[in-house]
Amino acid sequence: MNVVTPFEGIGASVKRKEDLRFLSGRGQYTDDINRPGQTYAHILRSPHAHAAIKGIDTTAAKAMPGVVAIFTGADMQGIGGLPCGWQIHNKDGSPMAEPPHPVLAQGKVRFVGDAVAAVIATTRAAARDAAEAIEVEYEVLPAVATMEAALAPGAPAVHEGVAGNVCYDWHIGDPAVNAAAFQGAHKVVEFELVNNRLVPNAMEPRAAIGDFDPTTGDYTLYTTSQNPHVIRLLMGAFVLQLPEHKLRVVAPDVGGGFGSKIFHYAEEAIVTWAAGKIARPVKWTADRTESFVTDAHGRDHVTKARLALDAEGRFLALHVQTLANMGAYLSTFSTSVPTYLYATLLAGVYTTPTVYAEVKAVFTNTVPVDAYRGAGRPEATFLLERLVDVAAREMGMDRIEIRRRNFIPADAFPYQTPVALQYDSGDYEATLQEALKVSGWDGFEARRAEAKARGKLRGIGISTYLEACGIAPSAVVGALGARAGLYEVGTIRVHPTGSVTVLTGTHSHGQGHETTLAQLVTDRLGVPLAQVDIVHGDTAKIPFGMGTYGSRSLAVGGSAMVKAMDKIVAKARRIAAHLMEASVEDVEFDRGTFRVAGTDKTKSWGEICLTAYVPHNYPIEEIEPGLDETAFYDPKNFTYPGGCHICEVEIDPDTCQVEVVNFTAVDDVGRVINPMIVEGQVQGGVAQGIGQALLETAVYDESGQLLSASFMDYQMPRANDLPPVSVATHTTLCTHNPLGVKGCGEVGAIGSPPAVINAVVDALRDFGVRHIEMPATPAKIWGIIHAGQRLAAE
Amino acid sequence: MPQVTLTVNGTSHTVEVEGRTLLVELLREKLRLTGTHVGCDTSQCGACVVHVNGESVKSCTMLALQADGGEVTTIEGLAKPDGTLHPMQEAFREYHALQCGFCTPGMVMSAIDLVQKHPQGMSEKEIREGLEGNLCRCTGYHNIVKAIAAAQEVMHGRRAELAPAAE
Amino acid sequence: MYDFAYHKPTTVADAVKILSADPDARPISGGQTLLPALKHRLNKPTAVVDLSGIAELKGIRREGDKLVIGALAKHGEVANSPEVQAAIPALAQMASTIGDTQVRNRGTIGGSVSNNDPAADYPAAVLGLDATVVTDKRRIAADDFFQGMFTTALEPGELLVAIEFPIPEKAGYAKMRNPASRYVMAGVFVAKTKSGVRVVVNGAGPGVFRQAEMEKALAANWSADAVAGIKQAPDELNGDIHGSAEYRAHLVTVMAKRAVANAG
Repeated sequence: MNVVTPFEGIGASVKRKEDLRFLSGRGQYTDDINRPGQTYAHILRSPHAHAAIKGIDTTAAKAMPGVVAIFTGADMQGIGGLPCGWQIHNKDGSPMAEPPHPVLAQGKVRFVGDAVAAVIATTRAAARDAAEAIEVEYEVLPAVATMEAALAPGAPAVHEGVAGNVCYDWHIGDPAVNAAAFQGAHKVVEFELVNNRLVPNAMEPRAAIGDFDPTTGDYTLYTTSQNPHVIRLLMGAFVLQLPEHKLRVVAPDVGGGFGSKIFHYAEEAIVTWAAGKIARPVKWTADRTESFVTDAHGRDHVTKARLALDAEGRFLALHVQTLANMGAYLSTFSTSVPTYLYATLLAGVYTTPTVYAEVKAVFTNTVPVDAYRGAGRPEATFLLERLVDVAAREMGMDRIEIRRRNFIPADAFPYQTPVALQYDSGDYEATLQEALKVSGWDGFEARRAEAKARGKLRGIGISTYLEACGIAPSAVVGALGARAGLYEVGTIRVHPTGSVTVLTGTHSHGQGHETTLAQLVTDRLGVPLAQVDIVHGDTAKIPFGMGTYGSRSLAVGGSAMVKAMDKIVAKARRIAAHLMEASVEDVEFDRGTFRVAGTDKTKSWGEICLTAYVPHNYPIEEIEPGLDETAFYDPKNFTYPGGCHICEVEIDPDTCQVEVVNFTAVDDVGRVINPMIVEGQVQGGVAQGIGQALLETAVYDESGQLLSASFMDYQMPRANDLPPVSVATHTTLCTHNPLGVKGCGEVGAIGSPPAVINAVVDALRDFGVRHIEMPATPAKIWGIIHAGQRLAAE
Repeated sequence: MPQVTLTVNGTSHTVEVEGRTLLVELLREKLRLTGTHVGCDTSQCGACVVHVNGESVKSCTMLALQADGGEVTTIEGLAKPDGTLHPMQEAFREYHALQCGFCTPGMVMSAIDLVQKHPQGMSEKEIREGLEGNLCRCTGYHNIVKAIAAAQEVMHGRRAELAPAAE
Repeated sequence: MYDFAYHKPTTVADAVKILSADPDARPISGGQTLLPALKHRLNKPTAVVDLSGIAELKGIRREGDKLVIGALAKHGEVANSPEVQAAIPALAQMASTIGDTQVRNRGTIGGSVSNNDPAADYPAAVLGLDATVVTDKRRIAADDFFQGMFTTALEPGELLVAIEFPIPEKAGYAKMRNPASRYVMAGVFVAKTKSGVRVVVNGAGPGVFRQAEMEKALAANWSADAVAGIKQAPDELNGDIHGSAEYRAHLVTVMAKRAVANAG
């Protein structure tokens, strides 16, 4: 066995094990997989936001060349609808409205893109050709494209029986205590803002292949998923009624997810079910246009907030009312996003003693809305960090000082917030100081003056934030309405020669698990990185798992691996004790070597592994042969990464284009396993945050047509839209998981949008701007400057 | 059905296609070269970029028949037969310029053409501008830009080996 | 895409013959505009006629005080052509900013000009430089060629062969890109030519158009200041989710100033 270099374990920026296949074109994404006899599905989709289906005539289409079968909602009666995984209760204790979400439309379509029919043909093109020959008679109904329209008196109902289009009217906090705290306040800052609707746009469009073996009755679904076991559970138990042992779900290489590939989508059920019907594999791959109108969108909140302050600028109370768009149907985790992933974060990094939030979730005739990178936490952070800036200005206080005055101090942990969470660790002053230093905050006014001399408006903005991730303690989320546990599973399979295969229930779709998780094994067991392989994404191989989202892979999945390694080491020590004729208590293990304490008697990792599988000299009466252990880990709490983001922008007053000229992120993500990968995660998250703040937005017209339905109209961040991003970490350890890790996948997208908008508002300070909605496009800024100039002239 | 004859990664192929068959469909579905990806339908994302006769093109925006007689290089054809990576591939690995890997083949093929078109070398800003035809959702481009900056030094012979990424 | 027949003639005459015989046949060269449209099934040609094998359509050459650019010249070729860079640097610069590298490696000037997308670049240069469009049948002055959104003087079956650009005394171009598509949101091409000063606006309206007031101002005083105070009326301009007609009108003035500055 080789000696492990410390450069491969925890804390090392080792290069990624997965890169070679991606760089050689040998990745295996779902659409790269082809099954013998494969057919292709094309989904005919509703062109209307709201319509009754009066009839569907597939006669002509069925006669088209290459067509194998055509299915409509009528064929799928008796098939369950797509389930929602989290039940929220109204203020009065009654459960939320949960209208059915059919796989193929049953009599009505409720958004542009709703699935109406599935055409199965021998080629992609033939399926699409035939779909055009299907005649659907629609009776177009009035649609509600915005929450405002949906909540208007007498608005058309998206779902029969859902009064006023309200899914739930939920709250958190004590309204009486909150109201009392506003009485006596020195100042109350009132603020309204929108959190813009986003389209996730992972670069790999969703795809799914259903396969069926008629001789065994076994189904296989290959799908672009972040959590194959969850899909198996939802689709098997709730939609198609297939038992788990007859349904295998494979999520191979997945080209980005950002939340949008958590959810169980209609197409997965369609191809699996259709494969059984025609006894041939069925492949469906979205084109980008379909992604825009079928992948769950993100964000889309409208919020009114009030912050009470005392004369010294201390926050006394926060009152928040939010409308959250659900779209036309409840996507898998949609209902949890604006409640437990949002309102529970409204204390932020501050000691605000009382927070009360009301959230009304609203149905509209738009694409379902669900978790997108950060999910709820960016919305909370944007609200808080804009509100704090506005409060600072209206109190005549410095932006940094007002934050410092309200920070939860580093010695106050564990800290119980008024909105349910208990933060375990953090040091907000430390990340602030580091960010101020790295960004050169103190030298900013000179840069502003220099920019002014060049005719540019320069501004700087800050956000100090935290988030809750590493989801989640099962009992806690269960009590809050989750219909699943959120533990994670890890198997450590040690082979006879000592190499290791890890089976993890988490899933990598860009995060680099094949490297980071292997580093955990190398660090603990002393097995060289090259001899550790990570297997994920296949329900036939991995015992179970809840997948990857909410920055949980290391905090929960990594912790499960640690527990399994504990079992491995415990057993291996017993084998070593037997071989060295020592008592187990005396056997020490350190990275590949077993030693009888205080002696030079040692056994190597390889010797023990071989003995476990060739148990000739073995304590066979006491322990079984083999070294293969599985652990389920259920976290005790969420983890709470946080930090400080600082953004510097320049605005060209002629075109009103915003250029991000500097961006600094100093984040506390807990223990860092691979700094290179952490930096990459933060940079990517910041890019999405800058995208939300300046570029991206999903826009519907009044009739419910998505206007920004392609890259021609939805502005994805390009290389020259973004600055180099300066990333640093400042670590406080998570106190309740064995690795001390907190998670780094979402911090970039959570902390950055308010830093950007605060910078834009700062740059426009001479124009009397209190707020600018995201995205701060040139046209919008021109409107402000133009209005400002007109105001000055009048 | 019409036929197209073309050389892909050094191997000649004659394939039956429809008039409407795109070059990317020929590569992925007929030749099973699935390293070239499709990420959009408006010719913007660049996941499908390959080289045709030495220049980068979006293979989703070219008919297979338009490549008749041409030389096509895909991501699968970049490394040497002994497995030695192209300096651009090596730089992407060294600088952590990929995460999910989906945009990577197109990004690498575009980057190589970009470097070839700028023998005098490119600044960071020029690299960013040159990547206009490629979208990446994971990396924020930061490390992609660094990888290309490092690879150009090797490709232009100004350095024998790739500069290592800073720890 | 719907399926279609594919033809690859080697002479203009053969191409015209196929196109004239079948009104639903479409010419293709780089295909950077046509193929995305076909992929979205926005039209259904019976045949596409690939012009890329026609030698007569190729080449960039200086002929006295004119620059003649063949229809098949790719944007990248125009951008990098020493002839273009020497004679009309503004045209080379414009070409270097069309689409992205891959579009410039395939897309052609003939395709762009024939298509007359209001958000395209080249039509502004053709009109701004008072160029002549040469077809297989005739010569058409730029002022007569562009007839509004996606409409030109080309008749069915008529093929653009080359464009003759008179070499101007000065020319400059500036544009603001649509932030998402990167097509032109508002652009201005200015030129001081033998026939006078021309100022052409692209991207902002339903087609390229000449800005008479700015032409007059620049004829009297060739400077950015001369156009700085001239406001474009927003009435006929485009407004969409990326910006109002008023914003585009504002940009016209900004881009006019920059175009003059770029022209030197």
